[in-house]
Amino acid sequence: MWPLLGLAVLVIGFALRFNPLPVIVAAALASGIGAGLSPLAVVAALGKAFNSARYVSVPWVILPVIGLLERAGLRERARTIVAEMAGATTGRLLIVYLLFRQLTSAVGLTAIAGHAQTVRPLLAPMAEAAAERADPAITDAGRQKVRAMAAATDNIGMFFGEDIFLAVASILLIKGFLESQGIIVAPLQLSVWAIPTAICAFLIHGARLLAMDRRR
Amino acid sequence: MIGLPFVYDIAGLVFAAWSLLTLRDRNQPRRITSAAFWGLLALSFLAGDRLGDIGNGVLVLGLVGLGGFALVARANPATTSDTERAASAARHGNRLLLPALIVPAVALIGTLAAPSLDFIEAKQVTLVCLAAGAVIAVVVTSLWLRPPPLAPLQEGRRLVSQIGWAIILPQMLASLGAVFALAGVGQIVGGVVGGLIPDGARFIAVLVFTLGMAGFTMVMGNAFAAFPVMMAAVGLPVLVGSLGGNPAVVAAIGMLAGFCGTLMTPMAANFNIVPAALLELDDRSGVIKAQVATALPLLAINTLLIWGLAFR
Repeated sequence: MWPLLGLAVLVIGFALRFNPLPVIVAAALASGIGAGLSPLAVVAALGKAFNSARYVSVPWVILPVIGLLERAGLRERARTIVAEMAGATTGRLLIVYLLFRQLTSAVGLTAIAGHAQTVRPLLAPMAEAAAERADPAITDAGRQKVRAMAAATDNIGMFFGEDIFLAVASILLIKGFLESQGIIVAPLQLSVWAIPTAICAFLIHGARLLAMDRRR
Repeated sequence: MIGLPFVYDIAGLVFAAWSLLTLRDRNQPRRITSAAFWGLLALSFLAGDRLGDIGNGVLVLGLVGLGGFALVARANPATTSDTERAASAARHGNRLLLPALIVPAVALIGTLAAPSLDFIEAKQVTLVCLAAGAVIAVVVTSLWLRPPPLAPLQEGRRLVSQIGWAIILPQMLASLGAVFALAGVGQIVGGVVGGLIPDGARFIAVLVFTLGMAGFTMVMGNAFAAFPVMMAAVGLPVLVGSLGGNPAVVAAIGMLAGFCGTLMTPMAANFNIVPAALLELDDRSGVIKAQVATALPLLAINTLLIWGLAFR
């Protein structure tokens, strides 16, 4: 049971809202030492895994071009586009994006959108501009809620679209795991079962987005 | 073959430039330590494979020491004013959107053309196209808009410094997952969860499985880490084995139950915490709070879907 110490450290650290970085190192040490590893072995394991997970941080190379376009007024332009669309509300805009994100992810194009690529420079300013038009007296807290919902919509659209694609990592992981247990399934047999959840995700989140418009 | 080394070199050079510009910036708060943080990341990208495991471990401790104790600060390099931006937006109109489409377009073309591009490592097409697209987009935009030569790097530095220490959180959590795996945390949790199910209770067994997937995903920050544990503890022996469920349904929808957990945890930092920084939200949990009311009903639906579809 001692390796579970790390989970306790993690949960307590997050609950007390400490900076997560030292909490993670403490949790790794607690679990590792609890399992009989030396502290040095834990540090080496952290280093090895950190090095092989570098691909996670590669997408930040997109920031220079996003910054360059923001400098030239991209966010202002995104707001103007919404101002000129008579029927655009926050909820409708985000629903269109949700559908776009689910459909493109379902055909394997998860990399064409994201928080740095589309949400910050385009989607968030558009959603904010629509919210301002509906409620010119909107507070800063209200704007932040709209931005948070834009980010949430991107996540939900991708998560519940990507598993419909045959070659996505999670489908390959499932196939590989079942194979290792002697169960052979084709990727298509797995990905069709992602469709009912994808439809429900669109209905539930879509309804919440439309409710955002009605609340004002 | 163009693969990860190419991508890592580009990322390393970008972070190295951010480090140098930070060091040169007289108005940068916490100048030396902020520059050191970006410099260590550059070192990781450029030379990580030559540092050895302990060397990388020390590098991680350095990053945590700088990032974990408020030693990395926001940068505020010179930029255009709000009125200049509005004027530029009016002048360039919708053409401003075009360069933003270069990266997605390169990703799209690369993904479609991947089978015939044999000079790109097949597994890394997405990352290679992303990096190449970012470089092409900067060159094209610079030629068109003629900003000062350092503007792309300075504007990138402004954005990356808004993310700050949170930028290494996703990689740190992946590393923690590796240590948990080494310590056998998964098997212990799986054993505990597996013991909770009474014999023959189909709905309860499904519920334990989906809640276990979501809950363990919340702890690990990643449904991929929870999946083998919960499948080995509950999915295969109970749902498939003794209750005769369809393994494809159990596995596919079980993974999606895990995704519902991903929406509700700070451990999934790249989806939940980093965007909060990037969108300048005061509340670090703002994105999670926006997601919970979608995630919980969807978790219930996934439970019902397995219950209704797996045992026909």
